[in-house]
Amino acid sequence: MSDFFRNLDRRWIFLVMGLSIAIPMLMGVVFPEEPSQEVLDVFNAVEDLEDGSNILMAYDYDPASKGELEPMAAAFVRHCAEKKHKLYFITLWPAAIPMLQKNIEILNREYPEYTYGEHYVNLGFRPGNEGVIKVVVTDLKKLYGNDVAGTDLNELPMTVNVKNIQGMDLIVNVSAGTPGTKEWVQYAATPFDIKMVAGVTGVGYTPLVPYVPDQLAGVLGAIKAAAEYEEAVLQNYPELRTNPATQEGLRRMGPQLVAHMLIITLIIIGNIIFFMDRKRGVA
Amino acid sequence: MKNSTIIWLVLLIVGGGYLIFRTGSGSMGRAYVRHETFDAKASFEEQIQKIDDEEQKAVSDGKTLNESKAEARKQLETRLPDLEGITWTKVSSAERSELTTDDGQPDPAVVFSWSRTIGLWIAALGTLAIMSFLWGDNVFYKLAEAVVVGASAAYAMVVGFWTGIIQNLFGKLIPSVMRDTVLPGLPSTQHTEWIYVIPLVLSVLMLWRLAPAGGWISRWPLAFFIGATAGIRLVAYLDADFVQQISNTIMPLIVSDNKQGLMIGSSIANFIIVTGVLTCLVYFFFSFEHTGAVGTAARVGIWFLMITFGAGFGFTVMGRIALISDRFNFLFYDWLWLPRPGIDA
Repeated sequence: MSDFFRNLDRRWIFLVMGLSIAIPMLMGVVFPEEPSQEVLDVFNAVEDLEDGSNILMAYDYDPASKGELEPMAAAFVRHCAEKKHKLYFITLWPAAIPMLQKNIEILNREYPEYTYGEHYVNLGFRPGNEGVIKVVVTDLKKLYGNDVAGTDLNELPMTVNVKNIQGMDLIVNVSAGTPGTKEWVQYAATPFDIKMVAGVTGVGYTPLVPYVPDQLAGVLGAIKAAAEYEEAVLQNYPELRTNPATQEGLRRMGPQLVAHMLIITLIIIGNIIFFMDRKRGVA
Repeated sequence: MKNSTIIWLVLLIVGGGYLIFRTGSGSMGRAYVRHETFDAKASFEEQIQKIDDEEQKAVSDGKTLNESKAEARKQLETRLPDLEGITWTKVSSAERSELTTDDGQPDPAVVFSWSRTIGLWIAALGTLAIMSFLWGDNVFYKLAEAVVVGASAAYAMVVGFWTGIIQNLFGKLIPSVMRDTVLPGLPSTQHTEWIYVIPLVLSVLMLWRLAPAGGWISRWPLAFFIGATAGIRLVAYLDADFVQQISNTIMPLIVSDNKQGLMIGSSIANFIIVTGVLTCLVYFFFSFEHTGAVGTAARVGIWFLMITFGAGFGFTVMGRIALISDRFNFLFYDWLWLPRPGIDA
C-alpha cells in the first residue's frame, strides 16, 4: 500500500483535488458559518457608524485575486448600502477599474435609490502607488480633479466639499498585495488617525494581524472571513437572504472544507510513509 | 499508441463533441447584454424635478434650498434647450435568468452579444489552457501565459498613459489644451501649475537612456526617484511599523476590569503576544551565543515563527482553493450553464 502512494503520479492528486472542489460545488454543499470576533470587529466598524457616513472604498485587487476577494468586496458594498453610507470608490491598481465597476453594478442593480454623485462616486485609478495616498490624504483634488468618467469633482454634490480623505469616517480597503492595506495603514490610517478596516487575501493576512486593533480596526482574511462577514450581514439584514448573490462566500466554503480535508489526509499519509521509511532506514 | 493516450483521446473527443452539441443547441457559452436607452432631456428634467421636490420639502420645513442645489438647478435649466434629441444607450451584462420577463415572455431589452460571447469562450479556453499545465508543459499553456503577460502589460501601460501622463501631467501643464481635446471634464478652475515642469523634465531625462549617446543622464532622475521614495518610506515605516508597533506591544499582562474582575482570556492573549515578540527578537539577536537562557528563549522564538509560517501557509492554501473554486464557478455556470444548486431550480 505504501508503495502505491510512494509511486503515485502527482496528476492523480490534482484530479482528486479538482473533484473534491467540483463535486461539492455542483451539489451545492453549504455549511453553516458563525461570525468570529475578528469578523464582528470589522462588521461593527461599518455598522456602528451613523447612517450616511462617508466611507472610502479603496479596492486594490485585480482579476487574478477576484476569486478570493470579490465576495468580501461585494459584502462590504451591500453592508454599506444597507446603512446608506456615502461611498467613494478609489484604487491604486490599474487592473482594478473593472473590479470597481463590478461592485458599483451591485449598487445600480440592487439599490436603485443610490444616485451617482450623491451617494457614491467612482474616482478610479491614479498611478503612483503609495504616493497617491500621500497626496490624497492632504489634498484629494490635487490628483483627482475628475472622477473616472472625467466629470469635475466640483460638479458632484458629494465631492464638492471634500478636501481630503481625512474627512472620511472609515477606510474600507480590499487588498491583494502591494500597494494595499499596508500602505493605507502606513500613509493614511496611522499618521492621520483615520479608522480603517481591511479584507485581504490569505497570503497577505498574517503580516497584517499586528496592526489590529490599534492601527486597523479589523481585518478579514481570505474566503473564510468573507463567508463569516456575509453571515454577519445576513443575520442583521435578513431580507438580503432572498438574493443568492449575497451568499457567494458561504457557497465557496463547501468546496473549501472538502479540499482542506483532502489536504490534511494527504499530509497525514505522507508523514506516515515518511516515518515508516525512516524506521526502515530508507529515508 | 499507449493505453493512457487512447483513454485521453477518447475523453477529449467525447468532451469536445458534447461541447459542440450543447453550443449548437444554444444551451451554453452565450453572453447576453441589456440595452437601456436614456434621453438626455428627460434625464435633466428628472433632476430638475428632484431639486424642485427638495425645495418644496425645504419650504414646508421652513428652510430654504441649499445654494449649491439652486445653482445646479439653474445650470441644468440653461443646458436644457441644447439637449433635444440627444440619447445614449447603456449596455450592461445580463444574466441567463433575465432572458425572460416575470410573465415568461422574452425580454426585448436583453439581446445576444457576439463580442461578449467571443470573450466568454476566450476566457473559458484560456482557463483550460492554463490548467493544462497540471498535465505537463504544453503549447496551449505557453500561448495562454504569453497572452496574459502581454495583455496585462499593455493594459497597465494604456491606463498609466491616460491617467498619469495625460491627466496628471499634461492636465496640469496645459489644462486648456487638454480641456479642448481629450479631457472635456477638466475643472475650469484648473490653471497651469509650473511645478509640473520638474516631473516633465525628469521624465525626459529618464527616457534619455534610449538615446544613442548620454545614457548616463537617466541616472539623475533615477537617483532622485530612489532618494525621494526611500525618504518617504523611511518615515512611514518608522511611524507605523516601528514606533506604533512598540507602543502596541506595551500592554498589561494581567487584564482586569471592575465588572468582570480578572479577564483570563485577555491576560493569556497579552502574555502570548509579549512573549512572542521578545523571544522572536532574541532569536534574531546574534551578539550572544544561543546557549542557556538565551538559547531557550531563541528556541521558543523559533516555535512562534514556525506557528506564524504555518498559519501563513494555511491561509495561502485556502486562498489557492478559493481561486480554483472561482474558476470552476466560471466554467460550470457562466460557460457550461450547469444549473446552480439552490439558485436555478
